[in-house]
Amino acid sequence: MNDPIKLTIDGVEVEAQPGQTIIEAAGVSGIYIPRLCHYQGLKPHGSCRLCTVTVNGKPMASCTQPAGPGMIVETHTPHLQEFRRQILEMLLVEGNHFCMFCEKSGLCELQAQAYRHGITAPRYPYLFPQRSVDASHPDIWIDHNRCILCARCVRASRDLDGKNVFQFVGRGRHKQVAVNARARLADTTVNLTDRAIGICPVGALLKKRVGYQIPIGQRSYDHQSIGAEIEKSPCSASKK
Amino acid sequence: MAKPRVATTSLAGCFGCHMSILDIDDRILKLVELVDFDKSPIDDFKTFTGRCAVGLIEGGCCNEENVHVLQDFRQHCDILISLGDCATMGGIPALRNTIPLRECLEEAYLHGPSVYNPSGRIPNDPEIPLLLNKVYPCHEVVKIDYHLPGCPPSADTIWETLVALLSDKPVQLPYELIKYD
Repeated sequence: MNDPIKLTIDGVEVEAQPGQTIIEAAGVSGIYIPRLCHYQGLKPHGSCRLCTVTVNGKPMASCTQPAGPGMIVETHTPHLQEFRRQILEMLLVEGNHFCMFCEKSGLCELQAQAYRHGITAPRYPYLFPQRSVDASHPDIWIDHNRCILCARCVRASRDLDGKNVFQFVGRGRHKQVAVNARARLADTTVNLTDRAIGICPVGALLKKRVGYQIPIGQRSYDHQSIGAEIEKSPCSASKK
Repeated sequence: MAKPRVATTSLAGCFGCHMSILDIDDRILKLVELVDFDKSPIDDFKTFTGRCAVGLIEGGCCNEENVHVLQDFRQHCDILISLGDCATMGGIPALRNTIPLRECLEEAYLHGPSVYNPSGRIPNDPEIPLLLNKVYPCHEVVKIDYHLPGCPPSADTIWETLVALLSDKPVQLPYELIKYD
């Protein structure tokens, strides 16, 4: 019953444990599938679509799709890489991402994914939306200009911290992360040690007074692309 | 054979990207062997003297003069490069893009805490280029062939790109040379 499931990812035969998703099975085998909303230990959300792969030719989010026996999965095809670039470029123009002064720069997963995918400028026009900043809390601030709606803070606060500090409000382009039904951050039970704070992939949710601590050249993605830690793992089955 | 010509300009930028051009250090001697500078703040040529192989644009377009200069560059240059974050995405000047232009002008000339302006007027001399409603990245105004992001792009990024283009090789920059900060 608990026999490993055999599937192939980009032509490499991979074993998955029952219940594992495609993105997890790929990771164990040293194949990195790009992701933004996915975070190990959080319930999959399937919202950013960056981890889209084809399963027997059909596109699927690999963070939500369980591995199945005999699946033929493709992830590093030119078509899918182009699709990922388009998603990243849409994210870059949809918010206000000023990397030059953002304290998350060099540690930001959106920026790192854009680096990994070789994006020098988005092909779409910038929207420059009007968004707000909530700096009411003494230790934490939220900058909606940089939020990519990945729901990591929503899930972490609800499932790991047991607090439900963050939720989504609005729909479509008006959707945003809200704090306890439109209260200020200072009015919630959030505090500095919450898992929800450090889990933001971009510079939307930040701790105060600790910015720019790591010098340029020593930050996570200055020299090494995001995902390299998975691709370099000893059991890496495929090398790109 | 005449050397290829390179032109540069700074639109809505801070000249930091031009500083980064100079930051190629002693390679600038090699660059002078490779190219002649045309219209550029580096040699202070105010107008184009002929066709250019490469044009480097620092800064985005915040006023009508920026647009005219950019269009002039597009007309005179075979290859146009957006140099730096302001040219590729608007940069710091584009922070005003989420605020209506009139509010920006009123804050700067009428209501700002340090404003001394007894006339109570917002400058509107015809000599002053008209501001655009917002700051535009260069590729939203004319066709741009290559983008080099960064604040500023490193001297190595600029050097590697110029050398590749001038020797008819594809521009393939390593991971370290494309950065947004």
